[in-house]
Amino acid sequence: MIKVLFFAELQEAAGSEQVSVEANGLSVNELKAKLLSSYKLDNLNHVMIAVNEEYSPEDTVLKSGDVVAFIPPVSGG
Amino acid sequence: MDKKFWITKEPINPNDCIKKVVRNEAGAVNTFIGTVREYTDGKRTLFLEYQAYVPMAEKKLVQIGKEIEEKWEDADTSIVHRIGRLELTDIAVVIAVSTPHRTDAFEASRYAIERIKELVPIWKKEHWEDGTKWLGDQQEKTSYAANNPLKEGMRDD
Repeated sequence: MIKVLFFAELQEAAGSEQVSVEANGLSVNELKAKLLSSYKLDNLNHVMIAVNEEYSPEDTVLKSGDVVAFIPPVSGG
Repeated sequence: MDKKFWITKEPINPNDCIKKVVRNEAGAVNTFIGTVREYTDGKRTLFLEYQAYVPMAEKKLVQIGKEIEEKWEDADTSIVHRIGRLELTDIAVVIAVSTPHRTDAFEASRYAIERIKELVPIWKKEHWEDGTKWLGDQQEKTSYAANNPLKEGMRDD
Protein backbone atom coordinates (compact mmCIF):
# COMPACT_ATOMS: atom_id res chain seq x y z
CA MET A 1 0.00 0.00 0.00
CA ILE A 2 1.01 3.60 -0.65
CA LYS A 3 0.19 6.35 1.84
CA VAL A 4 -1.10 9.49 0.10
CA LEU A 5 -1.13 12.87 1.87
CA PHE A 6 -3.27 15.85 0.89
CA PHE A 7 -2.71 19.45 1.96
CA ALA A 8 -4.46 22.81 1.84
CA GLU A 9 -7.25 23.03 -0.74
CA LEU A 10 -6.62 19.48 -1.90
CA GLN A 11 -7.23 18.21 1.62
CA GLU A 12 -10.58 20.01 1.69
CA ALA A 13 -11.50 18.79 -1.79
CA ALA A 14 -10.59 15.20 -1.00
CA GLY A 15 -12.22 15.43 2.42
CA SER A 16 -9.27 13.63 3.95
CA GLU A 17 -5.73 14.28 5.18
CA GLN A 18 -4.42 10.90 4.13
CA VAL A 19 -5.54 7.77 2.36
CA SER A 20 -4.00 4.39 1.66
CA VAL A 21 -4.04 3.34 -1.97
CA GLU A 22 -3.16 0.07 -3.66
CA ALA A 23 -0.63 1.48 -6.12
CA ASN A 24 2.50 -0.65 -5.94
CA GLY A 25 4.28 -0.54 -9.29
CA LEU A 26 2.25 2.42 -10.56
CA SER A 27 3.94 5.64 -11.59
CA VAL A 28 3.09 8.89 -9.84
CA ASN A 29 1.16 9.89 -12.97
CA GLU A 30 -0.91 6.71 -12.87
CA LEU A 31 -1.60 7.26 -9.18
CA LYS A 32 -2.83 10.78 -10.02
CA ALA A 33 -5.24 9.40 -12.60
CA LYS A 34 -6.50 6.82 -10.13
CA LEU A 35 -7.13 9.46 -7.46
CA LEU A 36 -8.84 11.83 -9.88
CA SER A 37 -11.42 9.14 -10.59
CA SER A 38 -11.98 8.31 -6.89
CA TYR A 39 -12.05 11.76 -5.28
CA LYS A 40 -13.67 15.06 -6.05
CA LEU A 41 -10.45 16.66 -7.23
CA ASP A 42 -10.89 19.06 -10.15
CA ASN A 43 -7.37 18.67 -11.40
CA LEU A 44 -3.89 18.01 -10.17
CA ASN A 45 -2.12 19.98 -12.88
CA HIS A 46 -0.49 22.54 -10.62
CA VAL A 47 0.36 20.04 -7.95
CA MET A 48 3.92 18.97 -7.22
CA ILE A 49 4.61 15.49 -5.96
CA ALA A 50 6.86 14.51 -3.10
CA VAL A 51 7.77 10.88 -2.63
CA ASN A 52 9.15 10.15 0.83
CA GLU A 53 9.53 13.88 1.56
CA GLU A 54 11.46 14.81 -1.58
CA TYR A 55 10.11 16.47 -4.74
CA SER A 56 9.96 13.74 -7.38
CA PRO A 57 9.21 13.49 -11.10
CA GLU A 58 5.90 12.15 -12.40
CA ASP A 59 7.41 9.00 -13.84
CA THR A 60 8.66 7.84 -10.43
CA VAL A 61 7.52 4.27 -9.88
CA LEU A 62 5.97 3.66 -6.48
CA LYS A 63 6.62 0.76 -4.16
CA SER A 64 4.86 -0.46 -1.08
CA GLY A 65 5.47 1.74 1.95
CA ASP A 66 6.14 4.91 -0.05
CA VAL A 67 4.57 8.12 1.20
CA VAL A 68 3.30 10.33 -1.62
CA ALA A 69 2.39 13.91 -0.84
CA PHE A 70 0.40 16.10 -3.21
CA ILE A 71 1.82 19.59 -2.81
CA PRO A 72 -0.31 22.44 -4.12
CA PRO A 73 1.53 25.72 -4.86
CA VAL A 74 3.09 26.79 -1.58
CA SER A 75 2.33 30.07 0.19
CA GLY A 76 4.44 30.21 3.31
CA GLY A 77 6.27 33.22 4.64
CA MET B 1 14.18 23.38 21.15
CA ASP B 2 17.53 22.29 19.74
CA LYS B 3 16.73 22.49 16.04
CA LYS B 4 18.00 25.42 14.01
CA PHE B 5 15.23 24.96 11.42
CA TRP B 6 11.77 24.14 12.68
CA ILE B 7 8.00 24.45 12.39
CA THR B 8 6.04 25.36 15.51
CA LYS B 9 2.44 25.75 16.64
CA GLU B 10 3.50 28.15 19.39
CA PRO B 11 4.00 31.93 19.20
CA ILE B 12 7.52 32.73 17.97
CA ASN B 13 10.09 34.61 19.99
CA PRO B 14 12.66 36.00 17.51
CA ASN B 15 15.39 35.50 20.10
CA ASP B 16 14.97 31.74 19.79
CA CYS B 17 16.41 32.07 16.27
CA ILE B 18 18.90 34.83 16.97
CA LYS B 19 20.61 33.04 19.82
CA LYS B 20 21.32 30.06 17.54
CA VAL B 21 23.46 32.10 15.15
CA VAL B 22 25.23 34.49 17.54
CA ARG B 23 28.96 33.67 17.71
CA ASN B 24 32.38 35.28 18.02
CA GLU B 25 33.06 35.19 14.27
CA ALA B 26 29.95 37.22 13.40
CA GLY B 27 30.03 40.97 12.88
CA ALA B 28 26.36 41.06 11.88
CA VAL B 29 23.14 39.26 12.70
CA ASN B 30 20.31 40.18 10.36
CA THR B 31 16.77 39.17 11.26
CA PHE B 32 13.76 39.00 8.99
CA ILE B 33 10.37 38.84 10.72
CA GLY B 34 7.29 38.09 8.64
CA THR B 35 4.00 39.18 10.24
CA VAL B 36 0.27 38.93 9.52
CA ARG B 37 -0.92 41.96 7.54
CA GLU B 38 -4.48 43.28 7.74
CA TYR B 39 -5.01 44.58 4.19
CA THR B 40 -3.91 42.97 0.91
CA ASP B 41 -5.01 44.80 -2.24
CA GLY B 42 -7.81 46.48 -0.29
CA LYS B 43 -9.14 43.23 1.10
CA ARG B 44 -9.28 42.92 4.87
CA THR B 45 -7.81 39.84 6.52
CA LEU B 46 -9.39 38.78 9.82
CA PHE B 47 -6.86 36.06 10.59
CA LEU B 48 -4.72 33.47 8.83
CA GLU B 49 -4.38 29.74 9.10
CA TYR B 50 -1.09 28.08 8.15
CA GLN B 51 -0.60 24.41 7.43
CA ALA B 52 2.66 22.56 6.73
CA TYR B 53 3.91 19.17 5.69
CA VAL B 54 6.06 19.39 8.80
CA PRO B 55 8.85 16.83 8.25
CA MET B 56 9.40 17.88 4.64
CA ALA B 57 9.13 21.59 5.46
CA GLU B 58 11.84 21.25 8.10
CA LYS B 59 14.04 19.39 5.62
CA LYS B 60 13.56 22.14 3.05
CA LEU B 61 14.44 24.81 5.62
CA VAL B 62 17.65 22.87 6.34
CA GLN B 63 18.31 22.81 2.58
CA ILE B 64 17.93 26.61 2.40
CA GLY B 65 20.44 26.92 5.24
CA LYS B 66 22.91 24.78 3.28
CA GLU B 67 22.38 26.85 0.13
CA ILE B 68 23.17 29.98 2.13
CA GLU B 69 26.36 28.42 3.48
CA GLU B 70 27.43 27.71 -0.10
CA LYS B 71 26.61 31.19 -1.38
CA TRP B 72 27.88 33.34 1.47
CA GLU B 73 31.09 32.37 3.15
CA ASP B 74 30.83 31.58 6.85
CA ALA B 75 27.10 32.36 7.06
CA ASP B 76 25.06 30.72 9.80
CA THR B 77 21.26 30.54 9.52
CA SER B 78 18.28 29.67 11.70
CA ILE B 79 14.65 29.70 10.54
CA VAL B 80 11.34 29.07 12.31
CA HIS B 81 7.85 29.13 10.76
CA ARG B 82 4.63 29.03 12.72
CA ILE B 83 1.51 27.06 11.74
CA GLY B 84 -2.08 27.04 12.98
CA ARG B 85 -4.24 30.12 13.50
CA LEU B 86 -2.41 33.46 13.48
CA GLU B 87 -3.96 36.81 14.35
CA LEU B 88 -3.08 40.19 12.84
CA THR B 89 0.49 41.27 13.71
CA ASP B 90 1.44 37.75 14.85
CA ILE B 91 4.85 36.53 13.70
CA ALA B 92 4.61 33.87 10.97
CA VAL B 93 8.30 33.44 10.21
CA VAL B 94 11.67 34.46 11.63
CA ILE B 95 14.97 34.16 9.78
CA ALA B 96 18.25 34.99 11.47
CA VAL B 97 21.54 34.99 9.59
CA SER B 98 24.92 35.78 11.07
CA THR B 99 27.97 36.58 8.94
CA PRO B 100 31.34 38.22 9.50
CA HIS B 101 30.21 41.31 7.53
CA ARG B 102 26.80 42.99 7.25
CA THR B 103 26.27 42.92 3.47
CA ASP B 104 26.18 39.14 3.42
CA ALA B 105 23.73 38.95 6.32
CA PHE B 106 21.27 41.29 4.57
CA GLU B 107 21.50 39.44 1.26
CA ALA B 108 21.26 35.97 2.74
CA SER B 109 18.13 36.84 4.77
CA ARG B 110 16.43 38.10 1.63
CA TYR B 111 17.44 34.94 -0.20
CA ALA B 112 16.00 32.77 2.58
CA ILE B 113 12.53 34.32 2.55
CA GLU B 114 12.32 34.17 -1.25
CA ARG B 115 13.32 30.50 -1.20
CA ILE B 116 10.75 29.73 1.50
CA LYS B 117 8.07 31.11 -0.79
CA GLU B 118 9.29 28.91 -3.63
CA LEU B 119 9.85 25.48 -2.20
CA VAL B 120 8.88 24.93 1.42
CA PRO B 121 5.59 23.00 1.77
CA ILE B 122 3.68 25.51 3.88
CA TRP B 123 0.27 26.94 2.95
CA LYS B 124 -1.64 30.00 4.06
CA LYS B 125 -5.41 30.20 4.24
CA GLU B 126 -6.87 33.68 4.19
CA HIS B 127 -9.93 34.32 6.30
CA TRP B 128 -11.70 37.44 5.06
CA GLU B 129 -14.96 39.03 6.14
CA ASP B 130 -16.69 37.42 3.17
CA GLY B 131 -14.95 34.10 2.72
CA THR B 132 -11.80 32.00 2.84
CA LYS B 133 -9.16 30.82 0.40
CA TRP B 134 -6.01 28.71 0.44
CA LEU B 135 -3.41 30.78 -1.34
CA GLY B 136 -0.90 29.44 -3.79
CA ASP B 137 1.89 31.68 -4.85
CA GLN B 138 1.27 30.86 -8.49
CA GLN B 139 -1.92 32.88 -8.22
CA GLU B 140 0.03 35.86 -6.95
CA LYS B 141 3.36 36.14 -8.74
CA THR B 142 5.24 33.09 -9.80
CA SER B 143 4.23 29.73 -11.20
CA TYR B 144 5.69 26.30 -11.02
CA ALA B 145 6.19 26.46 -14.77
CA ALA B 146 8.53 29.40 -14.29
CA ASN B 147 10.16 28.22 -11.14
CA ASN B 148 9.90 24.52 -10.70
CA PRO B 149 10.97 23.31 -7.25
CA LEU B 150 11.44 19.84 -8.69
CA LYS B 151 14.69 20.93 -10.34
CA GLU B 152 15.75 22.52 -7.09
CA GLY B 153 14.74 19.57 -5.00
CA MET B 154 16.69 17.21 -7.21
CA ARG B 155 19.79 19.33 -7.00
CA ASP B 156 21.25 17.81 -3.89
CA ASP B 157 20.07 14.27 -4.52
